[in-house]
Amino acid sequence: MIHSLFLINASGDIFLEKHWKSVVSRSVCDYFFEAQERATEPENVPPVIPTPHHYLISVLRHRIYFVAVIQSEVPPLFVIEFLHRVVDTFQDYFGVCTEAAIKDNVVVVYELLEEMLDNGFPLATESNILKELIKPPTILRTMVNTITGSTNVGEQLPTGQLSVVPWRRTGVKYTNNEAYFDVVEEIDAIIDKSGSTITAEIQGVIDACVKLTGMPDLTLSFMNPRLLDDVSFHPCVRFKRWEAERILSFIPPDGNFRLLSYHVSSQNLVAIPVYVKHNITFREGSSQGRFDLTLGPKQTMGKAVESVLVSSQLPRGVLNANLNPSQGAYTFDPVTKLLTWDVGKINPQKLPNLKGTMNLQAGASKPDENPTINIQFKIQQMAISGLKVNRLDMYGEKYKPFKGIKYMTKAGKFQVRTYQHFLMVQTSM
Amino acid sequence: MSTGALYNDQGSAEAAVEAGQETTPTSSGSGAAFGLFSTDFKKNEDLKEMLESNKESLKLEAMKRIVGLISKGKNASELFPAVVKNVASKNIELKKLVYVYLVRYAEEQQDLALLSISTFQRALKDPNQFIRASALRVLSSIRVPIIVPIMMLAIKEAASDLSPYVRKTSAHAIQKLFSLDPDQKEQLIEVIEKLLKDKSTLVAGSVVVAFEEVCPDRIDLIHKNFRKLCNLLVDVEEWGQVVIINMLTRYARTQFTSPWREDAMFDENNEKAFYDSDSEEKKGQADVKTYIMDPDHRLLLRNTKPLLQSRNTAVVMAVAQLYWHLAPKHEVSIVTKSLVRLLRSHREVQYVVLQNIATMSIQRKGMFEPYMKSFYVRSTDSTHIKTLKLEILTNLANEANISTILREFQTYVKSQDKAFAAATIQAIGRCATNISEVTDTCLNGLVLLLSNRDESVVAESVVVIKKLLQTQPNQHSDIISHMAKLFDNITVPMARASILWLMGEYCERVPKIAPDVLRKMAKTFTVEEDIVKLQTVNLAAKLFLTNSKQTKLLTQYILNLGKYDQNYDIRDRTRFIRQLIVPSEKSSTLNKYARRILLASKPAPVLESAFKDRDRFQLGTLSHSLNIKTSGYQELSEWPAVAPDPSVRNVEVIEPVKEWAPSVGKAKQSKSEDKFYSDDEEKEENASDSSSSDDSDSSSSSSEESGSESEEESNEESEKTSSDSGKSSSESETEPKNNSKKATRKKKPADSDSDESDSKASSSSAESSSSSVSDSDDDSEPPAPQKKSNVKARPKVEVKSKKEVSLLDLDDFSPAPMNAPKPSVFSPSLLSDLEGLSLSNVSSAMQVTTPSFGPMKTFELLHHMTGKGLSAKYHFPRQPCLYQPSMVSVQVILTNGSDHTLEEIHVGDRSPASLHIHCFNTIERLEPRASVTVSMGIDFSDSTQAANFQLCTKEDQFSVSIQPAVGELLMPSTMTEADFCKEQKKLLGMNETSATITMTTANTSSQTINKQVLSVANVGVAPSSQNNFHRFAGRTVSSGALVLVSLELKESSSALLTINTEKSIMASMLLQDLKQALTEA
Repeated sequence: MIHSLFLINASGDIFLEKHWKSVVSRSVCDYFFEAQERATEPENVPPVIPTPHHYLISVLRHRIYFVAVIQSEVPPLFVIEFLHRVVDTFQDYFGVCTEAAIKDNVVVVYELLEEMLDNGFPLATESNILKELIKPPTILRTMVNTITGSTNVGEQLPTGQLSVVPWRRTGVKYTNNEAYFDVVEEIDAIIDKSGSTITAEIQGVIDACVKLTGMPDLTLSFMNPRLLDDVSFHPCVRFKRWEAERILSFIPPDGNFRLLSYHVSSQNLVAIPVYVKHNITFREGSSQGRFDLTLGPKQTMGKAVESVLVSSQLPRGVLNANLNPSQGAYTFDPVTKLLTWDVGKINPQKLPNLKGTMNLQAGASKPDENPTINIQFKIQQMAISGLKVNRLDMYGEKYKPFKGIKYMTKAGKFQVRTYQHFLMVQTSM
Repeated sequence: MSTGALYNDQGSAEAAVEAGQETTPTSSGSGAAFGLFSTDFKKNEDLKEMLESNKESLKLEAMKRIVGLISKGKNASELFPAVVKNVASKNIELKKLVYVYLVRYAEEQQDLALLSISTFQRALKDPNQFIRASALRVLSSIRVPIIVPIMMLAIKEAASDLSPYVRKTSAHAIQKLFSLDPDQKEQLIEVIEKLLKDKSTLVAGSVVVAFEEVCPDRIDLIHKNFRKLCNLLVDVEEWGQVVIINMLTRYARTQFTSPWREDAMFDENNEKAFYDSDSEEKKGQADVKTYIMDPDHRLLLRNTKPLLQSRNTAVVMAVAQLYWHLAPKHEVSIVTKSLVRLLRSHREVQYVVLQNIATMSIQRKGMFEPYMKSFYVRSTDSTHIKTLKLEILTNLANEANISTILREFQTYVKSQDKAFAAATIQAIGRCATNISEVTDTCLNGLVLLLSNRDESVVAESVVVIKKLLQTQPNQHSDIISHMAKLFDNITVPMARASILWLMGEYCERVPKIAPDVLRKMAKTFTVEEDIVKLQTVNLAAKLFLTNSKQTKLLTQYILNLGKYDQNYDIRDRTRFIRQLIVPSEKSSTLNKYARRILLASKPAPVLESAFKDRDRFQLGTLSHSLNIKTSGYQELSEWPAVAPDPSVRNVEVIEPVKEWAPSVGKAKQSKSEDKFYSDDEEKEENASDSSSSDDSDSSSSSSEESGSESEEESNEESEKTSSDSGKSSSESETEPKNNSKKATRKKKPADSDSDESDSKASSSSAESSSSSVSDSDDDSEPPAPQKKSNVKARPKVEVKSKKEVSLLDLDDFSPAPMNAPKPSVFSPSLLSDLEGLSLSNVSSAMQVTTPSFGPMKTFELLHHMTGKGLSAKYHFPRQPCLYQPSMVSVQVILTNGSDHTLEEIHVGDRSPASLHIHCFNTIERLEPRASVTVSMGIDFSDSTQAANFQLCTKEDQFSVSIQPAVGELLMPSTMTEADFCKEQKKLLGMNETSATITMTTANTSSQTINKQVLSVANVGVAPSSQNNFHRFAGRTVSSGALVLVSLELKESSSALLTINTEKSIMASMLLQDLKQALTEA
């Protein structure tokens, strides 16, 4: 299946290679570089590239390309999904997944890759099993290893692979037993110029951090499980129980994991927590454009809208912008034409506003397009869909765990279009 | 630490090593050769020294550096002798690193590699399974042809190892050996055959990978394992699931007949052609006619469905393609939601999923149309994602949604991403040709775009307009003249060329303008781009032929200019045209035909999807993604016309009971995971239940049900004992949860005790098949919150609570014990057969076999007298509707009572017009005396207003109506007593309807009451802690409004019947019905 893996950094250097079958020359990556050259943006490199003898399937994460070399038919998603798991594992082990971190821990990386694939077929991808096989490097352990000469490789053998709950380590012990669940919802929306919603969806996840001794068996129930339209589970969740009772019942993995991701259907009305008033105009014949943007909260159930960040790709013709923010700070990159405004918190009494002029190239004609405005924000202690956890119970262990549930709403792909439709359809339809 | 600093560190560390000093290297010192090449040699010398020292830490450090070298693709092969010595090291990490090295370089240093073999051979005999496995892993990874016999031996031995983990490793080793020496194929197939029989979920995925690699054509090896693989599937690790699903898709296409109706018809015609009229032919026809899905086919579809919920995108895609290629057409759409969910994932995942959706959306618009908005483009999407979304939106466009889509497209045209804007214009063009209603609108819009400031937009518009005009040139001379006007402002060569071509092609429609354009071109000819020059020559030639009076001189001028052009193409073309059009002595023959050559009517270009031909590849494959046949791609065969013998899948080997029980149990588990089927199954259980008691039912009460039932009984028993003895948790019972139909269950006879002990024994002895046992354990441990209320309830009302428990168990019983008793009664092969057979053996429409309880009320839809022989009956099967949750599912039994064949039976006009009906597929033929059951979904919108529609045959139309009883508009809902009371309190006052009724004492037992209530309304029994209180809960199907029914028995056989719901009309009707049922009984 997966023949080899090459890691390529942003400047096009292959800084790591690993082969699971016979060695494939790194010159195969030349085809990848060709495709990279053709693509204007790093994201535009096609994930699947055919070459005369091989196929290259790549993912781009943290500005590193993970290029897998395939020799024969295999579902591309299989490889893509696996590569993402590799990145997730690196991130889990090293905190960050950067070129420096990988180079620093090249031995651990190699040991991990060796365990994750056997002859190109995934062997152990559960983080809990891998951690039993290969201990993640910590500063303390690195020091101890240096002094005592001991190793990162687990002394015990990975019983987890055989266990009935392969995702959980055995013999977990904590002095403080705690289980935290974060319900994080993201709003994906497209708002048109007049402020009406074109499409809005809520995507939510429940991320858990469970540090419980032994083999706890948890059940999590919701006040309103009907909200969840489409769900996908961590393998630990008992599916039939969910089907029958809408209760999440599971033996959790140890540590951080994503319990559930869900979708609240677009058929339901989605509350949009912020509104944007904008006036971005360019006049014919003038080398100046006007920019005026105001943000305000709506339907936030009294919760503050925080960490607001507005960004917009201004038209190419814009040379620079002289703007005046009522709060926060803005930057305009004259090369990429990216305007970002770090607003911070929205104060409903005094709405944040960014106003001023944009200078256009002298003599250039008025830009056709008006920019899209991307907005990021966070609202603490609220799940916009109204999803509420009813209760969390633990069985199978005697102690009383500390339980916590946090809600948060974030902007996902939240875009406001500022352009007008051209006249085509309105006239005749 | 910055990268730069890191490099310095390493550099100094290396320097130190080179100087022969011992350092305290950090683990980051992954010693790379940053220096010159010359240092490589020296450094390797030092590594050699370190490896040969006595200190483990030094050796380890050296190995870490070597791994660093390997990771950078540097050659470290000359260290082989020094490294291979350490293969037997006690230090695990050192050993592992040596393995890494060995596997990497063994091929180059074969002789030396042989030195290490004995170490592995020893380890293969180690008592520890992990050591055995890892030895086999490394041994098989060493690509040295000499050791092939050793590997073969090791694989064979490992394939019968006791540890499933070692067996899994041996499955992996098979592929490695095969790639090393393909001559071993035959022997390896034997091993594969053996491992395919393995019952462990660990092995299943790996062995299928080996199968696919070594002998994908030996489909016969799968027969015996098909059912087992289906049943194990949910518990196989995710990567194995992908491979198994893909393999089973291929398998199913060779073994089952097509569930798609058209194909069935096609086959039938074939047969007709072959045989002439005799009685056999008719029989054959009838067989094909009522397509019956092979139970194994159904098993596969059912067991893969829960995997749509997987977090692994590859698994979801695999299931989606399986449904696409195997499921009956109307079932495919269940994958839509999951596929759309994947669009939230990483960019690369989106890319592949969108490609597949693009292919699917060409054939099945309806599948994705409700999710159209999910394909709206965001400015932050990368270009290829945008283009794919555009492709899908274009595919989805139809008369109804085109205005929305066009409005969306308008915003895309303004995108800053010009490549994307251009693609959008092309998409508009495609919409315009596909949907004739909007052709003019689109054309006008595109013409407006011609005044856009962006050249690429204009150019693309011109090109698209050109194509559009070509498809219907007659009405659009005004557009052509408009374009001629714009001609001066358009500078993009392609666009100019297109306009010129249009002028020439339709010069007779714009006789005044065309010569003028040519005049302008004559002026600027020399400075135009080549492509424009070519079209100018072209235009001149065409005008010369049609209007030589005005343009003769102009043409000659242009031809002269062209003659001396720098570009040889243009010179060539000019020369050719001149010969063609200008009359001269030599070329007279050609000249005659000039007009026909140049002004021949040209076929309009077809604007179609780039994904049009992608469906020749199996979805989800690499070949599909690239649209080329990749190496190793296995074609998906066409459905066989006649299904091969299904009995090959029967397993006749008598397995030890403990082995079989869990894997069958898996099937049940996955089945109950599937909502639809779980209901089905419960009903069957109930049916067999009732048939055992009052024998009123013709259910197919197979051994399976009775088996599972007895187990439920045993569960029930154990639950009773456990709760009685006051233990609340960590007992062998699971959370009670209720579903209505169980209400009719009778109290279980006490003889189930023996079954219980059987099941216990068998399940606990099934050590090797670990997962299913674990499942039962998992489930048994945690009682959920509602448990408490039941525990409370139990001491008070012994009988009642006991019954509840038995009801509640059903939904959540542990799968393994449930089936465990079976093998004690039947042989496994019989069991597996029955298991398949008991399911859906009627029509393609996922017919559910038995009604939920008691005799199902059947209503007449069409009498055979009025229907000219066609008669129809319907009943409410009380299943959640497949097509849409707000629909009530109705089953219609169509019978042909006439003496001729009825054709094309389908649903025609309906009233009220807003009525939502999911019609059954048209029944092409119904033989005399034959009957067919079809299911429909009707959205009654919670009213008892009759659904009127026409039942049509080829010749006739009959108006029929289905009037639902109010109780059929409900679906059962489960809630605890506390919840019930809480909800009831919310629905007081206006929302409460009650009546006092008189009942005979004989009828006050809870069974009778339950039976009566459930016969009237499709509600669920809610637990009640009081003996004289009966509670039922349901929801209306359409709006989901809660309907609560409670019955309080009072003295002297009177009872208070209360209904709480916000649907007050329904309440009063339901009250009437219930009153009648309860008093009568």
